[in-house]
Amino acid sequence: MLTKRIIPCLDIKDGRTVKGVNFVSLRDAGDPVELATKYAATGADELVFLDISATEQGRKTMADLVLQVAAAVDIPFTVGGGISSIADVEKLLKNGADKVSINSSAVRRPTLIKELSEAFGAQCVVVAIDAKKIIDQWLVHLVGGKQATDLDLFDWAKQAEQLGAGEILFTSMDHDGTKSGFANEALAKMSESVNIPIIASGGAGNMEDFYNSFTFGKADAALAASIFHYGEIGIPALKTFLKDKNIPVRL
Amino acid sequence: MKVVIVDYGAGNIQSVLFALERQGVKALLSQDIKVIEKADKVIFPGVGHAAAAMEKLQTSGIDQLLPQLTQPVLGICLGMQLMCNRSEEGNTKGLGIFDVEVKAFEARLKVPHIGWNTIAQLKSPLFNGIEENAYIYMVHSYYAALSSETIAVCQYDIPYSAALAKDNFFGTQFHPEKSSAVGNKILENFLAL
Repeated sequence: MLTKRIIPCLDIKDGRTVKGVNFVSLRDAGDPVELATKYAATGADELVFLDISATEQGRKTMADLVLQVAAAVDIPFTVGGGISSIADVEKLLKNGADKVSINSSAVRRPTLIKELSEAFGAQCVVVAIDAKKIIDQWLVHLVGGKQATDLDLFDWAKQAEQLGAGEILFTSMDHDGTKSGFANEALAKMSESVNIPIIASGGAGNMEDFYNSFTFGKADAALAASIFHYGEIGIPALKTFLKDKNIPVRL
Repeated sequence: MKVVIVDYGAGNIQSVLFALERQGVKALLSQDIKVIEKADKVIFPGVGHAAAAMEKLQTSGIDQLLPQLTQPVLGICLGMQLMCNRSEEGNTKGLGIFDVEVKAFEARLKVPHIGWNTIAQLKSPLFNGIEENAYIYMVHSYYAALSSETIAVCQYDIPYSAALAKDNFFGTQFHPEKSSAVGNKILENFLAL
């Protein structure tokens, strides 16, 4: 039976994990390879690395980091941040990334999704969407959520699917960092409108939140960062909790 | 032992290379027919579109070579699918090693099938030491139907071939190189064949 996935997300700046500097059980908490290895060993189903360094040098560091991660971990991982061309993706996949996630660049030029999907297969194209509910409508935001658009979340998700996205990574900016749970209503609505897997992101605070994202939110996977980095929730404990509540997980 | 990974420009070869390295095996990447021919073990990966990958195989002549090989050959994901008769993806004629058709999932469930699923009805030395319903990582939109050559079954909407075997040829739909300890054991078993 296909299981629900638990995905730690590592924000990377110039080759270092940004969140997670206080992660006490690691010698060097800032080292993404060390964190990734730890997560893989403790039952993470996938990993996401988000490059938030906006410099040329930072991007180069990221490509090197991908190679080191691929050497160290034996689970799949996705790399995102600053990807806008086939050449960008080619380099990351060649270094061992399994999937790439694209966000603002896909909104600016939707055919990028099609180009990547045709070149590398839909299975490696994750379209990340940051959205915020404004009055009654979920609107897509760009540049890490700083820039609002008039694009409707559900329309954009549908369009991304049609263009060849293999997965949607949906971050609710209203929930991100609040630890008040995922945007389950919007997640469920999205699950009904597209037929590709959806990764829930933003709002994880406790184990119950994950359970709710899979049941009420109908998510296929749930992603979180700080609660894992700071050791607030251990992945083995989370998976045991979910299994006890009849959510299929890999243990 | 000389292990060659067929490098025809289709797939996440680096991960396969690293997975073998973790087994202490330094594999060689090659699309040179003479090098592949002389290998003790051949790994045939693949990610992407069947028709495009098949074209690349034809250009290098690997399509003629592979079915003639007598050493153990392991196809992974698209590699396995290309070893079958035919794929609905781009209506592509395969290498015909496995007497199986590759079909598209019907969209009753989400497609691609992505994530950790279980394999059952294991019957091959490839699965020595692997328990029934072990978890492996799948990511695909097309599947090989069940056949007499099925050596592991996965269930997603319908039961299908998670792995196939015929004589010296093996294929896994899942990615052993991304399937953690279970995948490592399967690779170890293949190397021990």
